Amino acid sequence: MVEPLLRVEGLRTHFPVLSKLLRRRVGTVRAVDGVDLAVAPGEVLGIVGESGSGKTTVGKSILRLIEPTAGRVVFEGTDITHLARREMLGLRRRMQIVFQDPMSSLNPRMTIGRILAAPFEIHDVAKGADLREKVADLLRLVGLPAEAAQRFPHEFSGGQRQRVGIARALALRPRLIIGDEPVSALDVSIQAQILNLLKRLQGELGLTYILISHNLGVVSHICDQVAVMYLGRVVESGPREAIFFDPKHPYTEALLAAVPLPEPGRRAAHAPLAGDVPSPAHPPSGCAFHPRCPRAMARCSVEAPVATALPGGHVVACHLVGGA
Amino acid sequence: MLSYVGRRVLQSVPLLIGVSIIGFALMHLAPGGPLAVYTLNPTITNQDIERIRIVLGLDQPVHIQYFKWASGMATGNWGYTFFGGRPVLGVILERMPATFLLMGSALSLAILIGCTIGVLGAVRRYSVFDMMATSGAMVALSFPTFWFGLMAIYLFAIKLGWLPSGGMYELGEEDNLLDLVRHLILPCLVLALVITAVWSRYTRSAFLEVMHQDYMRTAKAKGLRAPARLLRHALPNALKPLIALLGIELPALFSGALVTETIFGWPGMGRLFVDALNMKEYPVLMGMIMFTALFVIVGNLVADILIALLDPRVRLS
Amino acid sequence: MDAAPAVLEARNLRVGFRIPGGTMRAVDGVSFALRQGETLGLVGESGSGKTMTSLALLRLLESPPAELAAEAILFEGRDLLRLSEGAMADLRGARLSMIFQEPMTSLNPLMAIGRQIDEPLVTHLGLSARAARARTLDLLARVGIARPEQAVRAYPHQLSGGMRQRVMIAIALACRPAVLIADEPTTALDVTVQAQILALLRTLQEEMGTAILLITHDLAVIAETAHRVAVMYAGRIVETGPVAALFARPLHPYTEGLLRSIPRISRVREATLPEIPGVVPAPGQLPAGCAFAARCGFADDACHATRPVLTPSGEGREVACWKPRHG
Repeated sequence: MVEPLLRVEGLRTHFPVLSKLLRRRVGTVRAVDGVDLAVAPGEVLGIVGESGSGKTTVGKSILRLIEPTAGRVVFEGTDITHLARREMLGLRRRMQIVFQDPMSSLNPRMTIGRILAAPFEIHDVAKGADLREKVADLLRLVGLPAEAAQRFPHEFSGGQRQRVGIARALALRPRLIIGDEPVSALDVSIQAQILNLLKRLQGELGLTYILISHNLGVVSHICDQVAVMYLGRVVESGPREAIFFDPKHPYTEALLAAVPLPEPGRRAAHAPLAGDVPSPAHPPSGCAFHPRCPRAMARCSVEAPVATALPGGHVVACHLVGGA
Repeated sequence: MLSYVGRRVLQSVPLLIGVSIIGFALMHLAPGGPLAVYTLNPTITNQDIERIRIVLGLDQPVHIQYFKWASGMATGNWGYTFFGGRPVLGVILERMPATFLLMGSALSLAILIGCTIGVLGAVRRYSVFDMMATSGAMVALSFPTFWFGLMAIYLFAIKLGWLPSGGMYELGEEDNLLDLVRHLILPCLVLALVITAVWSRYTRSAFLEVMHQDYMRTAKAKGLRAPARLLRHALPNALKPLIALLGIELPALFSGALVTETIFGWPGMGRLFVDALNMKEYPVLMGMIMFTALFVIVGNLVADILIALLDPRVRLS
Repeated sequence: MDAAPAVLEARNLRVGFRIPGGTMRAVDGVSFALRQGETLGLVGESGSGKTMTSLALLRLLESPPAELAAEAILFEGRDLLRLSEGAMADLRGARLSMIFQEPMTSLNPLMAIGRQIDEPLVTHLGLSARAARARTLDLLARVGIARPEQAVRAYPHQLSGGMRQRVMIAIALACRPAVLIADEPTTALDVTVQAQILALLRTLQEEMGTAILLITHDLAVIAETAHRVAVMYAGRIVETGPVAALFARPLHPYTEGLLRSIPRISRVREATLPEIPGVVPAPGQLPAGCAFAARCGFADDACHATRPVLTPSGEGREVACWKPRHG
């Protein structure tokens, strides 16, 4: 197997719960609670999960936009978990993030040209005519007209703003892009445009993606590897085919069964998964999924299952698979 | 809930200490002193003044004076006035009913009228009524209180002669309630005017904010009629920020009362404060500062408790 | 199939917004009929006017700035546009109910949920507080909330999004309305919870015979829930028909494009998703001809020149297109 571009080992990100008045720590939200991931160069890893699964926190913890509590993040062979601020800044040229709502991450008072020039200026890469040329290149790359440089974010539609967000992330030619629900706020016809753009850019620039999404259709379309998260942990991970067509974890099965299909009459007869996702501040004992699991056994409420490796890079954390 | 109140009371102790230190320091930084009045009197010698200074304890360093005063405070002894040697707490409490009568009546009137104007303005936004209320409030807020006070005295007391120009009673009419009301009308209206203007604006924006919330649309989709929607759904939600504002507005209300009392010769705490300031009556001034601080702290605590009672998100978390 | 009579019918519904220098048309001549006991899906992307249409039916749009006009909005034989505000209030929540997209903000945060469900029962059915509460407990059980006796005392912030949407459904169905308008009822919810809510709506529809107008941007939700569907684009209905036929053989190029651009879970991955180029035209900047022509791969001069109207094309289907697909 090739050396992964990014490896995450035992990542934990906990948030303190503070009391209202005296700001005393009264509890802990285990947003991410022991996550292992690996992405090979040129691959797309999808992280799927519902709200409270911790998928967004994983993305931000990898970039250290949120400081992880424990664990290691190894990027291009270097442990970046304890790098100093300056070194991290250099590293951010090679790792970028694209957010769900492009509007809130674009300064409304700056022209698109200024927004796209900022990364070059911060890292002191280009100036003057060279800088303008680089901005024009970026706009061309994401399929925006050159005149866009003189306009402001509010003059663009959601899809076009997301193109700007992607262009900004691409400015310094990163190797890894983390997309945090990059197409979730877009209409389906625009979503297809952006997914196609992401795919084309991956081929042209040799990019590696981590795509965080709740939309299983989107993930199955673009990802090579998939990790399914539930309450801060990866319950199942593996190649796309294994996750979507041979799922082993009851949660993955239930998640797939719940996805509505645009095909009338295809609705499976079985009842939907009951209950809500529990709060990560009070996760259930043992396997966190056991209160909702249709196949839960006695040991599931006591003992947390460990990850079991199946052939083909398929990993499942479930007592049904774990053997004795 | 009880422990919440207890904690809030404990939290206010350092606040009170801070207020007292700043108040004490500023008071002593101001030029002149309580003995300045004597220097103009030719019959009092420098030795006399020195003797008075020692008697009043003013010869000691400021921090010693502060600690003496503060330890007295802590045991409930608010000190004695320089002139007359009367207990400060008694002097303040004696003036309190007059001030609370003026403030209470003005505030009740202002909230009643201001909230009504605000709600109507919010319900019929951009109507003729709303426009008039908005400009009216702007006019009321543009002029200082004392100007309204002087105009009211000029018009209603001097020109028309309908109402007395100042004081609280005519001589010998101390038990006549009607006389008291006649004296109360002008200062109450003047003080209420500005508060009404402020509260009509607060209420209008609080209701506008609430009326665009999704739950108000739900209330309408349920088939509730306008009065039920306003009373049961909009009012409690709009009340929350208003109660918080009332707590914050208390000091402004106090200083408004001070100005009004001075103009109308109303024998309340405002007058007491101005007189004490002129005479550099340190114990009275400090007592007034502490009393006001306590009043504001208690007011805010009451506001917070009311909000907690209203809002389960505050109460149950 | 079309034996059931229409319970709610909109004829040439228009919604405009006064803006400086004119009126912006958000809904431009929408007509449809919702039949007794059926689910009609109204699907469209942002800016299509689907939410405006739903709010207009219940007369929930704030006027001004909104201006509502229609030939008629017929509900149980009465024209809603001719009713007084009081008569309209008597219908809302009693015969004609609505649930919304945001269950997190659609409930009054200061009122226990029991009281919020009691309200329509007391208002419309004139029940006593005690009788209303008994019905409320029953309703909570029917929308799948465990321990109704405790739930009535809970406040909205103590419930999850899915639970709040169940409470909203209980409020809407409290008086057994003839019609429920559901505006993106599951968009804010997780996919497993969405499946629960859609299943609940289907069950309650079968029990009560309520007709549902389901407004959504998600064609997959329509496919699973609706009997018939109307596709909206730029304030107009461009295609309508029974769900099975419309999904199998879409007639309008926009419907076809929408269906094809959904990424699906399938073994074979397409290299690129079919996309619809361009963006939805802004309201107020609609072309003279077909509003979709600029994004359509089949448009010719006629499409740009003249606006097509909804025309029957057999099997209970209608399409507004000069060059329908599969035609």
